[in-house]
Amino acid sequence: MSSTSFNYKEDPDFKKLTGQKSTISLVLTILELTFYFGFIGLIAFNKPFLSSMLTERITIGIPIAVGVIVMSWILTGIYVRWANNTYDVLVKKVRDKVEG
Amino acid sequence: MAQSIIGQVHPVSITFFLLFVVSTLGITYWAAKRTRTTKEFYAAGRSITGFQNGLALAGDYMSAASFLGIAGLVSTKGYDGLIYSVGWLVGWPIIMFLIAEPLRNLGKYTFADVVAFRLKRMPIRTSAAAGSLVTVLFYLIAQMVGAGTLIKLMFGLPYEWAIIIVGCLMIAYVLFGGMLATTWVQIIKAVLLLGGATLLVIMTLSKFGFNYGALFGTAAEKYGPEFLQPGGLITSPIDAFSLGLALMFGTAGLPHILMRFYTVPDAKEARKSVFYATGFIGYFYILTVTIGFGAAVIVGKKVIMAIDKGGNMAAPLLAEALGGHVFLGFLAAVAFATILAVVAGLTLAGASALSHDLYVGVIRRGQSNENDEVKVAKLATIGLGVSAMLLGILFKGQNVAFMVGLAFAVAASANFPALVMSIMWKNFSTKGAVASIWTGLILATGLIIISPTVWVDVFHSKEKAAIEKQITESETQSKAKVEELEKAAADPKAISEEKAQLDAKKKEISAQMPKALFPLKNPGLISMGAAFLTGILVSLMSREPEAQEKFEKEKLRAYIGIGAE
Repeated sequence: MSSTSFNYKEDPDFKKLTGQKSTISLVLTILELTFYFGFIGLIAFNKPFLSSMLTERITIGIPIAVGVIVMSWILTGIYVRWANNTYDVLVKKVRDKVEG
Repeated sequence: MAQSIIGQVHPVSITFFLLFVVSTLGITYWAAKRTRTTKEFYAAGRSITGFQNGLALAGDYMSAASFLGIAGLVSTKGYDGLIYSVGWLVGWPIIMFLIAEPLRNLGKYTFADVVAFRLKRMPIRTSAAAGSLVTVLFYLIAQMVGAGTLIKLMFGLPYEWAIIIVGCLMIAYVLFGGMLATTWVQIIKAVLLLGGATLLVIMTLSKFGFNYGALFGTAAEKYGPEFLQPGGLITSPIDAFSLGLALMFGTAGLPHILMRFYTVPDAKEARKSVFYATGFIGYFYILTVTIGFGAAVIVGKKVIMAIDKGGNMAAPLLAEALGGHVFLGFLAAVAFATILAVVAGLTLAGASALSHDLYVGVIRRGQSNENDEVKVAKLATIGLGVSAMLLGILFKGQNVAFMVGLAFAVAASANFPALVMSIMWKNFSTKGAVASIWTGLILATGLIIISPTVWVDVFHSKEKAAIEKQITESETQSKAKVEELEKAAADPKAISEEKAQLDAKKKEISAQMPKALFPLKNPGLISMGAAFLTGILVSLMSREPEAQEKFEKEKLRAYIGIGAE
């Protein structure tokens, strides 16, 4: 480590960064778990709902299954957006402080 | 439809295949000159961009088995195939939120680097390498057996020849071109597979005026409304939950996937590559499901199942029906390329566990020079490649479907918990990590052997088949009786009595079905839960102050990337 004078453990930016990253990771992980296991739960406990017709030709189950796939991707997109706009800025701030 | 040429050696497919082989060997030649150091051999010199790595990750993950298998499952079982495909995608967001960036920042070439970051090197390397190798080997055997079978079905090539061709090509890619060649094989394969599948979907939808409703509507007309409804795939919620856990967290513990994050220059590119990979893979599964429904409507269940009971030839048959021999030949070559890319990635990951984790980390106690390590990695590649061919031939005709499930269970139980706890939990100790890895590994493997997937489907397959035959027989008998009664306009009571009798008989026969010692088809729930629990309990009982002290330093590197390779 190039700099020992800078105490990153107590640095507010570093604390903010680790805190925010943990929160967003946790929230998005829980959302993903809810989507997938919610879907599995519907199949296990409420087949009639998934089997009911959305339009004349498509059951509700089809857009819901495709929706889980699409939502998974959107969640990764939300994370990348947050990381690019917020996380990277904080990372740079702390990095500059550490490296003096 | 004209007679299918599936299963024959056809000049079109051979031409496409040779084209692929020549161009990938050309790339390997180019890559060989850029593959001298360990960083180049294991990690393509960290020169791959996020977008390229996204494609390569997709290429690593989308296997021929999932392409042909899911299309086949949808074409024969309808909606249940769609349910199945969803499970294969949902691990990717988990990789993004919990793993990708810290993995990239903390490690060098393997995920064991991360677990060993602040823990004792020797015990961690040994157990993490065991977890990696078991995952890779089971996955590899399943892929090789699948490759031999599929290539035989499609090209009519003898099983052993198919295995030998796949084995030799993959050894050539990895041995000479290392990660750089492997990455480009995966990128080319991903582009071909996504392109081919897109074309097939466009051609399918053009038959229905580009209206999904019309496609589904026709499928329901042909096979009844049940075709668009959940059927018998999920019977026990706990079973589904356990398999779901193994798929989700297993994806985030696959050594050949984790290794790919070291090919990009930094954490930002690692993050981008997951976003692209998730998009490509999700898109691919949506295409595959569409292809399955298209094959069911255009080709027909009966024709598909006449060629292969499992429905594996649904996508090639649809390609032939819509685009003739040329399109079929192209798709067959793409399937071959797909197999090659996946096994090359697996072999490289296995070789790195042997050379980087075991040879350098344990045998040489972390002291080794570049040349030695590359040499050992190359020897390991040859050893693994030859073993894969031998095992592929040894397991010919065996039911290996459980092996992919097992690979995911081991990845979710041995690799994932140790990796995640080492990144996130300050009090995680060496003893805790070792206990967690071995608990996950032994429980996942042991439980799957006594589970219905192996105990009944493999060890007692004859008894199972005999009982299933009895059930179908009594079903047909009873059906004939009911029809007779209906014709004779008999008392409805008699008909319902007959039906009740059938149910009773079925129950009686099913009771003789061999019982597995462990009830769940996939042990994920128990083995992963136990691995986390053991890791936590043992860590709390064996405090390791040194490791705790280093946690702050690890955090700085994991979050900020200071000191990252």
